[in-house]
Amino acid sequence: MIRSAEALQTLSSGWFLEHAWLIPIVPAIGFFIIILFGKKLPMKGSEIGLLSMLSSLVLAGGTAMQWIDRVNSGAEAQFIAPVVRTWNWWQIGGMKFTIGQSIDGLAVIVLVVVAFISTLVQLYSTEYLKGDRRYTHFFAALTLFSAGMLAMVVAEDTILFLLGWEIMGLCSFMLIGHWWEDGANSRAALKAFFTVRTGDMGLLVGVAVLYFASNEWTTEHLGVSGFSIRGISAWALSGEPNSTVILVASVALFIAAIGKSGQFPLHTWLPDAMAGPTPVSSLLHSSTMVVAGVFLVSRLYPVFFTGFDILGSGGNFITIIGGITIVIAAALAFVQNDIKKVLAYSTVSQLGYMMLGLGAGAWLPAVFHIFTHAFFKACLFLGAGSISHSASHHSFDMKKDMGGLRKVMPITFTTWVISTLALCGVFPFSGFFSKDEIIDNVGHNGYQLFMIIGLIGAFMTAAYMTRATYLTFFGEARGASAGEHHDEHHDAHAPAHDGHDSQDAHDAHATDHADHGPHESGWRITLPLVLLAVLALSSGLLNATPFGEKWERIKTWVEPRAEVVMETAPGGPGHSNVLSIPAAAEEGHHDSPCGSETPEEGVCYAPQLQHAPFKWSKAMLSLGIVFLGIALSWLFSTLLYTRKDKRLVGLTERNGVLRAGYNLLINKYYLDALYENVIVKAIAGPIAAAAYWFNQNVLDGILHAVARFSRVFSGWVYRNIDQRVVDGTVNNSGKATKGAGGVLAPVQSGKVSQYGALLFSAAAVAALVLVIINS
Amino acid sequence: MVAQNIGFAIIAIIMVIGAVRVVTTSNVVHAALWLVVVLAGAAAQYILLAAEFVAVTQVLVYIGAVMVLFLFGTMLTRSRIGRDSGLNNSYAKLGIPVAVVLFATMALALSESFGTEKMPTDGSLVTTQQISDQVFGPYLLPFWALSFVLLAAVIGAIVLARKD
Amino acid sequence: MLVNQFLFLAALLFCIGVYGVIARKNAVLVLMSIELILNAVNLNFIAFALRNGNADGHTFALYIIAIAAAEVGVGLGLVLLIFRNRRTISLDDLSEMKG
Repeated sequence: MIRSAEALQTLSSGWFLEHAWLIPIVPAIGFFIIILFGKKLPMKGSEIGLLSMLSSLVLAGGTAMQWIDRVNSGAEAQFIAPVVRTWNWWQIGGMKFTIGQSIDGLAVIVLVVVAFISTLVQLYSTEYLKGDRRYTHFFAALTLFSAGMLAMVVAEDTILFLLGWEIMGLCSFMLIGHWWEDGANSRAALKAFFTVRTGDMGLLVGVAVLYFASNEWTTEHLGVSGFSIRGISAWALSGEPNSTVILVASVALFIAAIGKSGQFPLHTWLPDAMAGPTPVSSLLHSSTMVVAGVFLVSRLYPVFFTGFDILGSGGNFITIIGGITIVIAAALAFVQNDIKKVLAYSTVSQLGYMMLGLGAGAWLPAVFHIFTHAFFKACLFLGAGSISHSASHHSFDMKKDMGGLRKVMPITFTTWVISTLALCGVFPFSGFFSKDEIIDNVGHNGYQLFMIIGLIGAFMTAAYMTRATYLTFFGEARGASAGEHHDEHHDAHAPAHDGHDSQDAHDAHATDHADHGPHESGWRITLPLVLLAVLALSSGLLNATPFGEKWERIKTWVEPRAEVVMETAPGGPGHSNVLSIPAAAEEGHHDSPCGSETPEEGVCYAPQLQHAPFKWSKAMLSLGIVFLGIALSWLFSTLLYTRKDKRLVGLTERNGVLRAGYNLLINKYYLDALYENVIVKAIAGPIAAAAYWFNQNVLDGILHAVARFSRVFSGWVYRNIDQRVVDGTVNNSGKATKGAGGVLAPVQSGKVSQYGALLFSAAAVAALVLVIINS
Repeated sequence: MVAQNIGFAIIAIIMVIGAVRVVTTSNVVHAALWLVVVLAGAAAQYILLAAEFVAVTQVLVYIGAVMVLFLFGTMLTRSRIGRDSGLNNSYAKLGIPVAVVLFATMALALSESFGTEKMPTDGSLVTTQQISDQVFGPYLLPFWALSFVLLAAVIGAIVLARKD
Repeated sequence: MLVNQFLFLAALLFCIGVYGVIARKNAVLVLMSIELILNAVNLNFIAFALRNGNADGHTFALYIIAIAAAEVGVGLGLVLLIFRNRRTISLDDLSEMKG
C-alpha cells in the first residue's frame, strides 16, 4: 500500500542546524587565543574559556531547539534525516576525504551535555584552581578538550571522529598530569594515555576495515565514501557485508571503546586518572570523555548490531564486557578510602551499564543514561572537589580527613545526596528512568543473565555510595575536617598555591583556615552543584517511560527511526543534505525491515529495536533491591565506623577467606601488576634488548659494511680514476699545449729569411688555390 | 717580326742567366755585376717594347744610381761573409719549391688568360709628352706622394748613416 | 711578338727573385733580389702598356723605379747601421730570439 504523499513532509531546518559545525570551532579558536594571549589577560585566560564554552552552549541549545522543530515537522513514521554538510578536504588517487557535520538526535543530546557541563566546569575551575601555577594552560587544555569532543560528536565522517578522539586523549594526558611535578601524577597521566592508546589501535583498524569494506557499496548507492558514518550505517544494514569482516570491524571498534570508556580489562587507568584536578575528573573522566566510547558504539550502532547479531543472541562480546565491568568495578568501590576513587569506580561501573544496554539492543535507554549520568556524576565529582577545597584541606581521604560534614556544608551535602539517589536509581530521580530502563530492556531482549547482573550491580551501587556518603557526611569529624592541619597536606597544598609567595600566603591561608575550619564553598563552586542537582532530579522526566508514551520525549527526538529510505540526494559541499521522502510503508504501527532483513529498495540507517513495556511490578523489584542495598550499607557503616562493633572491626585480618578477598580487591585483581610488571616489563626488557641487538648488529652492521665498502671503493676511484684519468687528462693537455707551443715556437725565430720564406710560400699556396678555384 | 723575336729571345736568355747568377753566386760583387746585366737586359726589353723613355730612365737611375749604391753598400759592409755555406742560408732548399710552385701557378694563369695573344703591331711610340701628361694628369697625386717618399728616403738615409 | 713571352719572362724573373729573397744570407743580396722582383714587375707594366696602347704602364714603371731607388737608399742605410752595431749582415746571425 502506498502511503499518501501528504503524510511525508519536508523537514525543517534552521541556521543553528546548518551551522552546527561552529560548535567545536569556537572553543578551538578559544584555545588558540588562550595559548597565545592568555597570560596577559586580566583573568588569565579563563574568561576566554568561559566565553567560548558559553557560546558553544548557546549554539548547542539553538541546535537542539531547531532539531526538535525538525522532528516535529516530520510525519509520524518518517525517518528524520540528519542535517549533513560536507566539505572536500583532500583527494588522493581514488580516495576522497571529506570533513563535515552530521547532526541528528544523538549528536544533539551529547552536544548539549558536553557544552553544558564544560561551561559549568570552567566556572567551577575559576574558583578551584585560583592561584594555580599553570592556570592559563589548564584553561587552554580544558577548552581544547571541549573542542575535540564537540568535533567528534558533530563529525560526519570517521576521520574527523578519529581526530576528535585523539585530541581528547591528548588533553586528558595534559590535564591529568597538570601537577606533573609530583611523579605520581605524571605516571598516572602516562598510564591513562598508554592504556587508552592501546585501545585506539582498535579504532584505527576498525575505521580502515570499514572503509575498505564499505567504500564500494557506499559510493555506488549513496555517493559518499567509506568514511561517512551514515554511509557505513546504511551499508551495515544492507545485508551486503561479509559477516566476518563486520565482526572484525565491530570487535576492533569495541576495543577502542573498551580503552576509552574504561571497560574491563582496560579500566585500570580511570581510577589513577583521579590524580588530576577535580574539575578534570568531573568533566573528562565522568561525564564526557569516557562517554566517547559509548558514543562510538551508539553512533555506529548498525555495525555492531549486524556484527554481533545483537537481537539474535543471548550474549555477545559487548554485553559480556559490560556485565563484567559492572560487577568488578562495583566491588572495587567498596574498598576505597579516596572519595574520588569511589566515584571513579562508580563511573566505570555505570559505563558498564551503558555498554550492557547497547550490547543488548537497549539503545535509547543507554543513550538516555549518558544524558542523566553526566549530570549526577559531574555533580558528585564537583561535590567531592568542593569538600576538598573548603573542608578537608585538599585531601580526598574519607577515613582520615572527612566526616560529619553535613552540618558545615549543607549545599554540598544536599546536592550530593540528590545525585547519589539519582545514581542509585531511586524514583523519581533521573537515574531511575535511565538505569532501570536499561535493566528492563536488557531482560526484555532476551539477555536474562545480564539483567540479573544489572540488578546485582544496582544493589552494589547503592551499597558503596551509602558507605561513601556515611563516611563523608556523617559520623564524627576527622582530621582536616576537624580543623587539624597535617604536615602531609602541605604537599598537596604547595602545587595548588604556588601562585603566591610561599611563606606569607601560607601563613595567611593557615590562619584563614584556622579561623573558619571547614566551610561551605563559594558561589562559583556551589552554583554548578545546584544546577547539576536540579538536573539530576528532573532530567529523568524528559523520557519518563512509566508515565506513558507522551512523556518519552527523548525517544521521539533522539532515537533514529528505523525506516527504509528511498533515495538520497547527496548534497554538494556546503549544502545540507536533506534526504528525500522515505519509502512507502503500511499504515499504523509497523515493523520496518531494517535490521532484520535486507530492504528490497532503498537503504536503512538504523535497525528496528524493541522497547520493553513498562510495568510497575518490575520497577518495584529494582527499587526494592536498591533500598535494601542502602539500608544494609547504612547498617554496616554505622556498626563498623561509628560504633566500631568488635565483630566487624578487623574482620578481614582475622578471617582468611575475607582477607584473601580483601587483598584481591585492594590490589585491583592484580591487573595492574599484570600490566606493569609482566607486559610492560617484558616489552621494556627482553624485547627491547632484542630490538637493540638487531639495531646494533644487523642494521648498523649493514651500515658499517656499506661504509667500509665505500671507503675501499673510493680509494680505488681516487687512485685510478682521479689520479690517472682525470689528472692524466689535465697534465697531458698541458703537455700537449706545451708541445704545440714548442712546435710552433720556431716560427717566431727572428730570422728574416725564414719570415720571407714563409711569406712567399703562403703567397704561392694562396695563388695556387685561387687559380685552381677560378679555373 | 722575326727580328724582334730573336732579339727578345737573346736578351731574355741573357737576363735569365744573369738573374740566376745573381741568386746563386757566392761573390757579392759578382752578384752586383750580374744584376747590372739583368738591368741592362731589362732596358733593352723596354726598347723592344717601345718604351724608350723608361728604358733610358732605367739605365740612368737603376744602373747608374742604384747599382752604385749597392756597390757602395757592399764595400762598406764587407766582412767575412759566406764562410762555409756560401751566401745561402738554411732555407735555400725551401726556396726552390716555392719558386717553382709560384712560377707554375703564374704560368698556368698566364697561358690560360692570354694564350697566344699577339702584341699590337701598330705599336705607336709612347712619347715623353704622353708620359708627362699622365704624370701631371691622372697620376698627379701619386707623383706628389712619391716626392715625399723620396724626401723621406733622403732624410732617412742621412739620419741612418751618420755617425753619432 | 706574343704578349705572353714578356709576361713569362717577368714571371720567371719574379720567381728567381723570390728564390733569392728566401735563399740569400747576405742582406745586400736580399735587397738585390728585391730589385729583381721590382724589375720583373716593371717589365710587366711596360708590356701591358704596349698591349693596351696607353702610357699608364710607363708612368707606373717610372714610379716604381723611383720608389726602388728610395728603398735601396734607405735599405742600405739600415744595413750599414746594422753592420756598425753587429759587425755582421748575415741574416742568420741577426736573430735575437731564443729558440
